Amino acid sequence: MANPRLLTGTHLMQGQQACAEGALAAGCDLFAGYPISPATEIAEAMARRMPQAGGIYLQGADELDSLTIVIGSVWGGYKSMTATSGNGICLMQENIGYAAMTETPCVIVDMMRAGPGTGIATKSAQGDLYQVRFGSNGDYSIIALAPESPQEMFDLTVEAFNLSEEYRVPVFVLGDEILSNLREKLVIPSEVKVRERRKPTEAPGVGYKTWAVPEGEWTGPLPAFGQGYHLAVSSFARTDDGSPSQAYDVQKRITERLWNKVEANADKLTRVEDGFTEDAEVLVVGFGSVGRSVKAAVRQARAEGLKVGFSRLVGIWPFPDAYIAKVGKNVKKVIVSEMNMGRVSREVQRCLGRDTDVILHSKPGVAMHTPVEIMDQIRKVM
Amino acid sequence: MATAPVIEKKEPESLRHPALKYYRPGAGGNPHIWCEGCGIGQIWYYTVIAIEELGLDPNSVVWVGGSGCTGRMCTYWKHDYMHTLHGRPLGFATGIKLANPELTVLCHMGDGETSAIGGNHLIQTARRNADVTAICVNNYTYGMTGGQYSPTTPIGSLSATSKYGLVEDGFDLCELVAAAGATYVARSTTTQPRQSINFIKKAIQKKGFGFVEIISQCPTFYGRSNKLGDNSITMLDWIKRSFVRKADWDKMSAEEREGKRPWGEFVDTERPEVIKALHDLAKAQREAYRG
Repeated sequence: MANPRLLTGTHLMQGQQACAEGALAAGCDLFAGYPISPATEIAEAMARRMPQAGGIYLQGADELDSLTIVIGSVWGGYKSMTATSGNGICLMQENIGYAAMTETPCVIVDMMRAGPGTGIATKSAQGDLYQVRFGSNGDYSIIALAPESPQEMFDLTVEAFNLSEEYRVPVFVLGDEILSNLREKLVIPSEVKVRERRKPTEAPGVGYKTWAVPEGEWTGPLPAFGQGYHLAVSSFARTDDGSPSQAYDVQKRITERLWNKVEANADKLTRVEDGFTEDAEVLVVGFGSVGRSVKAAVRQARAEGLKVGFSRLVGIWPFPDAYIAKVGKNVKKVIVSEMNMGRVSREVQRCLGRDTDVILHSKPGVAMHTPVEIMDQIRKVM
Repeated sequence: MATAPVIEKKEPESLRHPALKYYRPGAGGNPHIWCEGCGIGQIWYYTVIAIEELGLDPNSVVWVGGSGCTGRMCTYWKHDYMHTLHGRPLGFATGIKLANPELTVLCHMGDGETSAIGGNHLIQTARRNADVTAICVNNYTYGMTGGQYSPTTPIGSLSATSKYGLVEDGFDLCELVAAAGATYVARSTTTQPRQSINFIKKAIQKKGFGFVEIISQCPTFYGRSNKLGDNSITMLDWIKRSFVRKADWDKMSAEEREGKRPWGEFVDTERPEVIKALHDLAKAQREAYRG
């Protein structure tokens, strides 16, 4: 019998469909989402494909409903996902904080569109970087991956599921409208590495501590409801057994761990594609759909003999501080091409300090940077 | 230095409070956070007795709550609980039940949580007919934040945010939920322990969305603000005078109904249930899949 979860072979596939196929390959059991451009076709693909894999598609009454269903199902034992655009992320923020505080592994796909507010529903932008990282109240951390193609929509959705299990955090797949509707070659391998949920080694019973973290580790195992573990799940600041606490040391321990379990592993989580960086005088940084133009422009510049390199950031959060500090050390100038008024450029400036000239090459969305525009920018700064 | 001898109090099992074995040791605000005279503890007791009388394995019961005084109920349940966000318990509950339909999923929510911030979750869960149980503790007030009015507070009521008398009228939650499609809808009060336990049992047993509204007393805020007494005795007396049996209500004239509301069972019916339907769909599609 054919495996409905893994359509091994070569396909011509749209980014959103590739994302859905990645979710199935990663073992997604449930999708709950609310229609929104430009992420609706992920929901449509999941509505068709999830039942074929024996899984659940449920349309949320809104984005809040969707993410609560996702989080609840994870504590019931599922692997689950939702998909939306920036406006939907706004509505999900409280639940994102809840997922972070309860260390609930889940995948949230954000196909970014132009904003703020309604903005332009069917046009691309890259303005959601900070709202996925810092949008909910308090201090926590998440992981965000930025694909550049339908192939990466597939690959990084699989990786998002795996990382969410490893770190017990919400993981964002941060695409944009261009990738939503881009159709390209997608190769689905015959095997995909799937990380299974880590279960407790001890037997169920009344003494189990829901929030205990084994010595030397960043997060604990994750049992499900109904297994007799007497789980005390809440987003209170709490002691290991789940009792709410207002103590300074409890708050400090929880906050620092929620922050550092990702931030202290930033080097391990760094995902970058780069080229021509060894002797580069100018470095061009980009991500997502714009990253494609960055690569094309830098290759053109090299053909013309200009000493330019590129870094396409695949992992956006945690920000690859150490990588940027290293790759940017010997360059004279850094150009950051992004479809917003400066997000990655601010992070790059933070990593390199005031001595390095970081130039924001901004477009506000709707139209992405063309290779020619980036080439012009390179010529301007050299 | 002589130390006082430790006297181990050994009480016979028959004298122990019957709900104590379901109480989570070391729960927050031990023994609990509720004010003197509050009705929420009574409803906690009705719930665990309903679970016991139904013979449910407590390890298969997940108790879900949200914010506020009522939201804390779940945190005293010794077995699995999920204390969620204000207004959202029913979404989380639906997710839990989808992942494991064998579980019994109970949500206890206050009146504000049920009908203000969680109003859409309430009507959507009723419409979907998800097999979860919602118990609304309606004491006409936001207690945890200090006694503001909610969407169930009767018009004219005094509260921390209606100092001159409330100018909006409240919901009838049972009518709302019935209209949205719930398959079991009942209302009782904290003056009716046995009926409350029975209604909770029937709501749990219903293969579909079960909703029980339990009118409860908040002597600290609603009682004191509205001169209904600052203790549970006078408030329970007020509740007793304000609610009439549905069978009697049906025979009363409009004049007689003035200032009163009915308690009893309003809906007990069957409709397709979404969680079973989704699993049946998945099973059929999985079997039909040929690639």
